[in-house]
Amino acid sequence: MKRFVGFIKKEFYHIFRDRRSLFILFGMPIAQIMLFGFAITNEINNVDIAILDHSKDVTTQEIINKIASSKYFSIKQLIQNEAEIEAVFKKGKVKAVLIFEKDFSKNLTKENNATIQIITDATDPNTANTISNYTNSILQKYQQEINKNIKIPYQIIPKTRMVYNPELKSVFMFVPGVMTIILMLVSAMMTSISITREKELGTMEILLVSPLKPFQVIVGKVVPYIFLSVINAIVIVLLSIFIFKMPVQGSLFLLGIESILFIITSLSLGILISTVSATQQTAMMISLMGLMLPTILLSGFIFPISSMPLPLQVISNIIPAKWFIIILKGIMLKGVGLTFIWKETLILAGMTLFFIVLSIKKYKIRLE
Amino acid sequence: MNNKNVIKVENLTKKFGDFTAVNSISFEVKKGEIFGFLGANGAGKTTAMKMLIGISTPTSGSAQVADFDVFTNPEDIKKNIGYMSQKFALYDDLTVKENITFFGGIYGLSRKQIEEKRCLLVEELGLQDIVNELVGSLPLGWKQKISFSVALLHNPKIIFLDEPTGGVDPITRRQFWEMIYKTANNGTTVFVTTHYMDEAEYCDRVSIMVDGKIEALDTPTKLKEQFKADTMNDVFLKLARG
Repeated sequence: MKRFVGFIKKEFYHIFRDRRSLFILFGMPIAQIMLFGFAITNEINNVDIAILDHSKDVTTQEIINKIASSKYFSIKQLIQNEAEIEAVFKKGKVKAVLIFEKDFSKNLTKENNATIQIITDATDPNTANTISNYTNSILQKYQQEINKNIKIPYQIIPKTRMVYNPELKSVFMFVPGVMTIILMLVSAMMTSISITREKELGTMEILLVSPLKPFQVIVGKVVPYIFLSVINAIVIVLLSIFIFKMPVQGSLFLLGIESILFIITSLSLGILISTVSATQQTAMMISLMGLMLPTILLSGFIFPISSMPLPLQVISNIIPAKWFIIILKGIMLKGVGLTFIWKETLILAGMTLFFIVLSIKKYKIRLE
Repeated sequence: MNNKNVIKVENLTKKFGDFTAVNSISFEVKKGEIFGFLGANGAGKTTAMKMLIGISTPTSGSAQVADFDVFTNPEDIKKNIGYMSQKFALYDDLTVKENITFFGGIYGLSRKQIEEKRCLLVEELGLQDIVNELVGSLPLGWKQKISFSVALLHNPKIIFLDEPTGGVDPITRRQFWEMIYKTANNGTTVFVTTHYMDEAEYCDRVSIMVDGKIEALDTPTKLKEQFKADTMNDVFLKLARG
């Protein structure tokens, strides 16, 4: 046991004396969460739009004021006729054009419905989609206001309904994904690199010739990373709660347990990678290409699994991150307990067991 | 010199598939002896050595190292031997002191024992100025000496040296051999592989491996007589070229 403590102490020296790994360990989580939280979001802010108002009456003016006062849009231009629409789009000045039909106010009061046409620049489909959603919700709000005192309601647009994230705060959707990626990165990549480093330096040979058992060497190498990954998970959750005001609906205890399970899954993957790679570079390439890429693309983090082609949907099932993201979203956003996520938990545990058994089989004591 | 054999090897063989890396080698090494284990690259030296230090299981034959069998008690062998590789593997990002503490620790030495050993080493090697320096900043010669001393921390019965003088200058090599002599005089058996034939002359006995077999084994003087050569270098060339 004392040997073991010495070993772990040594491992921490390695980590704390290497600026690069320190940066990956603690800089990355913060940088990533900030990046995803603030920059790469589906939220829109101050999107330039143009308005073509054919009726120029009280109602349209009110709606225009509503739109102008929201922080999502800024009205760049008021145009006079249809011909100008293409011109403003081509110049790239605006992302969307709102067109009020003729006699808007009259139609609304007489026929109880009026049309607004929203034309969006769909070269960026995500933004286009978001713009139309945002516009719709502004219109809907306005509609509710004017309908307060009227018996037969006026109708401007069809309704859309959103649950769990009514404000469309995309950061809430990203937090589980970012957390998954970071735990994967730290646990799998860092361990595989640190084990192969010992191989490269020749110290692994010395360790294997010593009375330490190979099993002890490996456990000694991963324990510090379990510890650091747990700290990372805590940092991410705290950042989400205090900076992005994300409510964690479910039990923090369950969240902790599930995170530790996923950390162990990633570590066992890291060990597996280190058994097949001889150099740190190989380990890094395998981790990035073989783990990070599929994790980012196929886990449902960025692209919804339901909209993937069938073969990819099938493949996504073998990505551990997919199950962990489901678990995290369940606990963080929906506040569910173990009864709803036991299946995913079991799958993750099964995968972990599989990777551990495979690494033990693959682990070569002979170094050449 | 005590005549007790600390390494006994009989018909030791290692096969990788169809390839026989080590082909039925037999030899004995006495306590306190400096035994040179020579051979060209790929002759099977490293494979043979790995079987003796307990990290590779032989295909057939028998071998006892420090009175333990390589098949049944590799773990006991590990406790009783020291090993230093050609990479002088120490941790570059740890200080000399931390390296000593770590390696002493994995061999199960108590804190007090490590402390004593360290003081002794600092004095013997004159490490006073560098004991708190990172190993990575030290010249190769220092690393080699420290690596050797670290391999001896737990007072092993036998020390295995795998090309211990690769890449260091002749003066440092000379100093290093003085350390080897001192160690052997204290009763520790030294099992050393090398590419430098002048170093072979320093050994008590030398074995030369060619294609997995031991082709010659005797004292350097007798080997030179046997092959009618002036230096060990000539002996080696005659054997290796067939």
